[in-house]
Amino acid sequence: MPPVLAICGFFLLCGIVLILRGQNAFEFYKTIFLSGFSNFDEFASVLFNATPLIFTGLAVAIGYKAGLFNIGCEGQLYVAAFAAAWVGIHVNLPSVLMIPLCICAALLAGAIWGGIPGIIKAKFGAHEVINTIMMNFIALAITNFLVTSVYREPSQMIPQTSQIAESAHLPRLAGMFYLIPASNLLNASFIIACICVIFCYIFFKHTRWGYELRLVGNAPNVAEYGGINPRIVTVWVMALSGAIAGLAGVADVMGYRYRFADSFSSGWGFTGIAVALLGRNHPFGVFAAALLFGLLNKVALDIELFLNVPRGLFLVGQGLLIIWLVSQEGFTKRKT
Amino acid sequence: MIFDIIPSTLRMTTPIGYATLGGIYSERSGIINLALEGMMLMGAYGYVIGAHTSGSAWIGLTVGISLGIVLSLLHAVATISFHAEQIVTGIAINILALGITEYLIPSTDRVPGLPDITLPLIGSFSILVYFLPILMIISHIFIYKTPWGLRLRAAGESTEALKTLSLSREKWQYFGVILSGVFAGLGGCFLVSDVHIFTKGIIGGRGYVALAAVIFGNWRPLYGVSACLFFGFASSLDLIDLGNIPDQFLKIIPYLLTMVVLAGLVGRSRPPAALGKMKS
Repeated sequence: MPPVLAICGFFLLCGIVLILRGQNAFEFYKTIFLSGFSNFDEFASVLFNATPLIFTGLAVAIGYKAGLFNIGCEGQLYVAAFAAAWVGIHVNLPSVLMIPLCICAALLAGAIWGGIPGIIKAKFGAHEVINTIMMNFIALAITNFLVTSVYREPSQMIPQTSQIAESAHLPRLAGMFYLIPASNLLNASFIIACICVIFCYIFFKHTRWGYELRLVGNAPNVAEYGGINPRIVTVWVMALSGAIAGLAGVADVMGYRYRFADSFSSGWGFTGIAVALLGRNHPFGVFAAALLFGLLNKVALDIELFLNVPRGLFLVGQGLLIIWLVSQEGFTKRKT
Repeated sequence: MIFDIIPSTLRMTTPIGYATLGGIYSERSGIINLALEGMMLMGAYGYVIGAHTSGSAWIGLTVGISLGIVLSLLHAVATISFHAEQIVTGIAINILALGITEYLIPSTDRVPGLPDITLPLIGSFSILVYFLPILMIISHIFIYKTPWGLRLRAAGESTEALKTLSLSREKWQYFGVILSGVFAGLGGCFLVSDVHIFTKGIIGGRGYVALAAVIFGNWRPLYGVSACLFFGFASSLDLIDLGNIPDQFLKIIPYLLTMVVLAGLVGRSRPPAALGKMKS
């Protein structure tokens, strides 16, 4: 129950801040609710905003279960997005082949970017946290270089690549569900996210690899005694985590912008840490937590526009929420 | 040309140098500090608020350092008193700091900077540039030559050592983390004082570069600040024409080198033995 309490505390805190600013807190809650749930259009937008967070949340959760911190989701999703865009621009095949091909390119790029810190950890014992952070900056610098100097769309002020082939576009869901208006941005990347959630659930619970992963995370000594090589697990867990984080890049490139744009992610990799924590690293929990943060991301704009509440409020709340959750977790562990 | 590089190197080195000293104090006491970025941002933000409302750079400096301390206290309470996961808390503090600066965007007027001292031939610099080497030497002496420094290091090397002397490990950890807030805050203050204006992205990952310098400098003040000097030099190289090397590749030098050093391929960096451990 701590996550639910933390969320209640979060909304309460927002309300108190608003009252201190002399604003109507009730109006704020009403706007959040209406902006998220008043009709299918709004709700589909919440799902659209939640999609990248489902991926990064799952990526962090996978690492966490094996006792690894993947702080590098941000970098992984950038290289993956660029890989998807590169294939999307340079290859032209029918959709049936094109979409899987682009996704595979992204998965591979993400897996490599996540796998390198895994290999360094397994081989040299260097902590994955520092290396994933460093890899974030390297990914940002390299993709920034590529998009500003090599693959920049001519005649454009903002650094971005040209559009990917039409056959690589992920279909919008608006056409499939008549309840969602055609203007809605929700697309097939959300379906991929749902598949990933179910995949992770089955993977953790019902496969040998999932068992190895959890054992290495909970009791590395027992795992080693049982004939599992924690080093090998470290490498593939980091690669898998990176690959799934990379899908967040796919969601943006193939589902929304149809191109790679410089600094497109609004900190999804870092929000993924909050999502995983709040969801207690359980795939369904991650899904629910991503919906909450998707809602917050969506309404942040509305409350800024209509209520003149800076969106920074949610970032502050997010930070405090994480600190609260980990403090509570640490405190309970300390007592036992 | 060379006369452009030296001043630029000094300007680039100073903010990360302060944050590096801060990171060293925190990590030497055994607390991982990924919150340097957020603490620098708070320092910069505090400086601009203080200097803007009072018109005095010194009040800006005081407010900046105070806000750095407030954030470091949050990190300290969560990690030391509640045993919260140090890495996650650090990241959360960075998110929090970003949110706070968005929340009250200070006026965009120019704020007063700290006084400059002119060096013949090279140029004139903020006094904070001159303070860095002084504080570096004081830190070195403190950490290696005094009984307090020994206790600080003991807190980071072992979870039990201080207890056997009936000293409080937690007390020294609070000390280390709060000092990291002071120093990172100073680094942030320098950035604003140098350009007289606050922007959201003013820190631009310098907190993480400082983290790299802590590791690169093997958790020692003299080496750590030297690493910053090198990183500062690397990021000043874009002033000279290096042919076709893009500026982004110069930027990744500190990050790549840190990975290489951490992997033990060149030299060996050894973290404090009980870094990140709260229980034996």
